[in-house]
Amino acid sequence: MRILLFELKEGLIIALRAIVSNKIRSLLTMLGIFIGVAVVITMSTAIKGIDNSFQSGISSLGTDVLYVDKWAWFTNQEWWKIRNRRNITMEEYYRFKDLVKLPVAVAPVTNTIQTIKYNERRVENVFVNGSTADYVKTTNFTFAEGRFYSETESNAARQVAVIGSEIAKKIFPNISPLDKTIKIGGHNYKVVGVLAEQGSFVLGPWNPDNQVYIPIETIFKNFFNRSFRTITINVRANGPAMVEETKAEIEGVMRNVRGLTYNMENDFSINQQEGLQRSYDSIVGVIQIAGLFITGLSLFVGAIGIMNIMFVSVKERTKEIGLRKAIGAKRRTILSQFLLESSLICLVGGLAGLIAAIIISLLINQFIPTSIQIDSVLIGIGVSLLTGVISGFAPAYTAAKMDAVEALRYE
Amino acid sequence: MNIIRIEHIAKIYKVGTEEVHALRDVSLTIDKNEYVAIMGPSGSGKSTLMNMLGCLDTPTSGLYQFKGVSVSDMTDNQLANIRNQEIGFVFQTFNLLARYDAIHNVELPLVYAGVPKNERRERAKRALIDVGLGDRIAHKPNELSGGQRQRVAIARALVTNPSIILADEPTGNLDSKTGEEIMALFHEIHQKGNTIILVTHEEYIAEHAARIIRLKDGLIEKDEFVEKRYVPELKREQ
Repeated sequence: MRILLFELKEGLIIALRAIVSNKIRSLLTMLGIFIGVAVVITMSTAIKGIDNSFQSGISSLGTDVLYVDKWAWFTNQEWWKIRNRRNITMEEYYRFKDLVKLPVAVAPVTNTIQTIKYNERRVENVFVNGSTADYVKTTNFTFAEGRFYSETESNAARQVAVIGSEIAKKIFPNISPLDKTIKIGGHNYKVVGVLAEQGSFVLGPWNPDNQVYIPIETIFKNFFNRSFRTITINVRANGPAMVEETKAEIEGVMRNVRGLTYNMENDFSINQQEGLQRSYDSIVGVIQIAGLFITGLSLFVGAIGIMNIMFVSVKERTKEIGLRKAIGAKRRTILSQFLLESSLICLVGGLAGLIAAIIISLLINQFIPTSIQIDSVLIGIGVSLLTGVISGFAPAYTAAKMDAVEALRYE
Repeated sequence: MNIIRIEHIAKIYKVGTEEVHALRDVSLTIDKNEYVAIMGPSGSGKSTLMNMLGCLDTPTSGLYQFKGVSVSDMTDNQLANIRNQEIGFVFQTFNLLARYDAIHNVELPLVYAGVPKNERRERAKRALIDVGLGDRIAHKPNELSGGQRQRVAIARALVTNPSIILADEPTGNLDSKTGEEIMALFHEIHQKGNTIILVTHEEYIAEHAARIIRLKDGLIEKDEFVEKRYVPELKREQ
């Protein structure tokens, strides 16, 4: 053990000398590994970050929320068949609400896309959701300021609005939005609540942070009448354990409300985020594999660079290897000397790449969330060391098994 | 006691389909504190014999005992140990590592012997002083003259206190005056009780030795003690 440590230490010193005596070459070789490790780590932290953000975003939708909808989120049915379904109406919602027993909250939802304005500031193409006061119970919303609109406000079709955190940031950069009057599609609304940051950029316009919430009756008053389009009924089960049972109940109730007989297919869909999760997983899986494969290629190219340079280095130092053997270096010693050299190059390049990746991740974090994890740091170090050992092995082995007599004679 | 005992050794190389008999049948013994020159024209097998004696190569057949231990069937690692501890090499082209200064070059065999750093430093320094380079310890090879480089190489050969010094044309790359100084150094080393084996093709260099072995076509042609041995004046390069 002590001998091994001694050899390791001396081998490191020898390798270090060799690296330092060829600065430019060593630096260029390191660059290959530097870039490889930097992109691999950046890629994986970005993917991880997007994934985390999606997971938190999707959980802001609630795992126990069911969406009774004319449209199916994921289906194999033909599109025209679904399109020909009857709209879900407010009347059906009222009857549905009276009949169901298991859900803890039921809320009708419709939406319109409008421009939000406050003085000179404006945000275009905002999802404006209309619902009832119960809507907030179907979500996991938390409030930065104020409250959700009340049942009275909802029933009376008041001009009140709750705005998402991103919207608030955009049109009220410096002041509190509470009690200010904003314009939604030209109508005045008083802001009664501001959501805390909920979800995730990956949801895009479906991110609650980018949305505005007003009473559904107000939507019907200001934008379109109640039979203009279908509504969605959001249903929250009493906890994830109750989801299946609740689903069965609402399916039966909905069939009853829609007047379907036993031999007729459902003319509505019950959606839940589980389906979203599944399709997301498969997309992210592909991105992950493709991304790591592509970035992995650059690391591979770096590894080839190391191998190449180590072969050159071994060839160049043939005479030195001969001498070292003549004065007592064993094969093992020569092998470890060159392996240490390539590993050291990779390690230094890899560490630099890691630092660069962390900096890049912090920069990207301004736009999309990234997540630097201790395991990606360890993987970065491990991968660069492994690259060094693997790409250095063939050259080092060539050096180790050189014939001392011939190596000494080499010019 | 013999340091080296060789009996009927032969070495056959394969070059393509042809077999080259570099050594056919060579027997010799070398005792402690001998000063032997091996001579012969090129192709006589003297390099092969030298590599064999230096444990860089093993014979195809025959017996080679180093201090009573058979070398012929040693493993690579055992041979490396013998080279490290028992043999000091001096080459025609010095073979110093360009990026190491003098003391690090001299230290190198001790690194492979596993000697700790401080002791290594001390012994390397002493060896450099012994060859008259006490003031050139931190110089790199390209800052030294040819003679000085060969002295560094000799210090490197001496630093492990080997049983034999194997010098292969040590003056081949030096002018005659510097060569003479190196031969004087060898003489001095021999006087201190070391065993020296010198490979050369120059008669006047060989005459510094006490015994000359002449090879021809892979056989010993003549093995004789020098009657009129040339003893150099002991003076140092300033």
